Amino acid sequence: MVLLLVLLCHCSPVLLSPCLSFSLFTASPSRIEAIDKPNDAGSTIQIFWTPSPIDSRVESYIVLRKAESDTLYQRIGSTIRGVSLFEDDEIEDGIVYTYIVAALIDGVQYSSQQSNAVSSGPQIFHTGRINILVALIIYTLLLAYFVYKARSGKNLYIRQIAGLTAVEEAVGRATEMGKPILYVPGLGDIDWTATIASMNILGEVSKKIALYDTKIIVPNTWSIVYTVSKEVVKESFVSEGRPEKFQEDYVRYVTEAQFGFAAAVNGIMIREKPATNFFVGKFWAESLIMAETGAQTGAFQIAGTDSVLQLPFFVTACDYTLMGEELYAASAYLSREPVLLGSLKAQDYGKLIALVILGGFTILAFLGINLLSLLRVQ
Amino acid sequence: MKRKIPLALCFIMGISMIVQFFIPHPASLEFSSVIYKWIIVLMAFALVLAIGNLIRHHGNKIHRRKEDWQYSIVTLAGMVAMATIGLAWGIDPDSLYQRIYLNVMAPLGGTMFALLAYYMASAAYRSFRARSLEATLLLLSAFIVMIGFMPFGQYLHPRFPAFAEWIMKVPNMASQRGILLGVAFGSIATALKIILGIERSWLGGKE
Repeated sequence: MVLLLVLLCHCSPVLLSPCLSFSLFTASPSRIEAIDKPNDAGSTIQIFWTPSPIDSRVESYIVLRKAESDTLYQRIGSTIRGVSLFEDDEIEDGIVYTYIVAALIDGVQYSSQQSNAVSSGPQIFHTGRINILVALIIYTLLLAYFVYKARSGKNLYIRQIAGLTAVEEAVGRATEMGKPILYVPGLGDIDWTATIASMNILGEVSKKIALYDTKIIVPNTWSIVYTVSKEVVKESFVSEGRPEKFQEDYVRYVTEAQFGFAAAVNGIMIREKPATNFFVGKFWAESLIMAETGAQTGAFQIAGTDSVLQLPFFVTACDYTLMGEELYAASAYLSREPVLLGSLKAQDYGKLIALVILGGFTILAFLGINLLSLLRVQ
Repeated sequence: MKRKIPLALCFIMGISMIVQFFIPHPASLEFSSVIYKWIIVLMAFALVLAIGNLIRHHGNKIHRRKEDWQYSIVTLAGMVAMATIGLAWGIDPDSLYQRIYLNVMAPLGGTMFALLAYYMASAAYRSFRARSLEATLLLLSAFIVMIGFMPFGQYLHPRFPAFAEWIMKVPNMASQRGILLGVAFGSIATALKIILGIERSWLGGKE
């Protein structure tokens, strides 16, 4: 009899309503499972269930909760049909809870069995980030190995980067022309790695400027970047034994407004006619406005950014452009410190390993073995 | 000592933030939250220094009557006026501060942004001249993409738009991803070098 009713329910929507009153188990959600949400700070339980066999008729799934000390289940929320997960984040860690999920069909609730008992708690280690940890360890070991190699005097080959080789020429040109050098460290705040890389390059460029006794102008858009770049320039002058040559006016704070900053930099280029412009760091839509103005003033221009969308603009308007990773290699290249050059090798081997993994996983995916979930970051 | 303390601080804070990334415990989140609050406090101090620099630079310019010194008066007057209006009457959505921002600052920013179209045309003219093999390839691909994304491309050949899209999605995307991969490794290497004290350019170089 029950089998017949189930068959009827599945076959005919018209016959469904009378069926519901008889056949509770066909309408109710099943396999209710409650777990402590993994990799979180606690206070969250996840409830999973298998939807009602007649999910298309369900108006909503109602989730009910009962703490160990409670006598009755209380409604805590609901989801729309087709959803089989609910996160309860209004609980206390350490208290044991059970859950019931009810399917609401035509105003009638068809309740599931109660779930397993569960309590929440915070986790100490994020298991979803093991892949990053492994990659970080491998990369740090590579870095340590090549730095050790470099320290032991091994000669490491580094390909020539035209944009960085031209830095000496750029500073020399400004010195000969008696004009200043403009160094724009981008519009990213100090938490952008490109800005940090820019500070490293600024340090090396400033040393050459101190050596050649040339002027530099460093306009900044963020207050913290301003203070950092000022210290970097100052320290470079000190390390070259010319602290008296540093002027407070070399490093300037302008504005946080994107196009206000672009207007100010354009003004500097038009008024002070720098012989060389450096655009190194993080850039957005203002990149071409500044680089084209610089090109029109006849300045020698070197740009460097990891902003992929701005690279074509810089390639077009500047004499040399440091693309992506070249920006991060610049400091090592300019200083020629063996230890820093060793780190570039680690970068290259890191890329090689990544390419081998990506290539291997792609081939395996073609063969029907999908391991991409191993690379997913939570 | 002047070098050792910043290096030690950098190492401790860098390692702490890496460890924090792998620990979802509330104590770890609280630590991260405290650090971000410190950053805000540091930013406030840095802003005072930055505004001091702005006033000093433009004050000197006015005092010495340097070229276009009149603009410095506008800059300082604008800064003082906005700060005064904001502090005195607040920055609510219907405040005078917001009205000035929306009716002066926003259109001025929009005007600068609009100049981008002109700069694009001038840059395109320079780079699309077929002086070398690379420039010729750039010119050709730009021509195909531009025509392909216009209704005229469909009129020329029904497969023109699909070809233009292929250029964007395959060769263009492949090169972008190559650059991004290098950027990712470069970022990690830079961060590790600074945390481990290998990179010291920000302190004026080695020792």
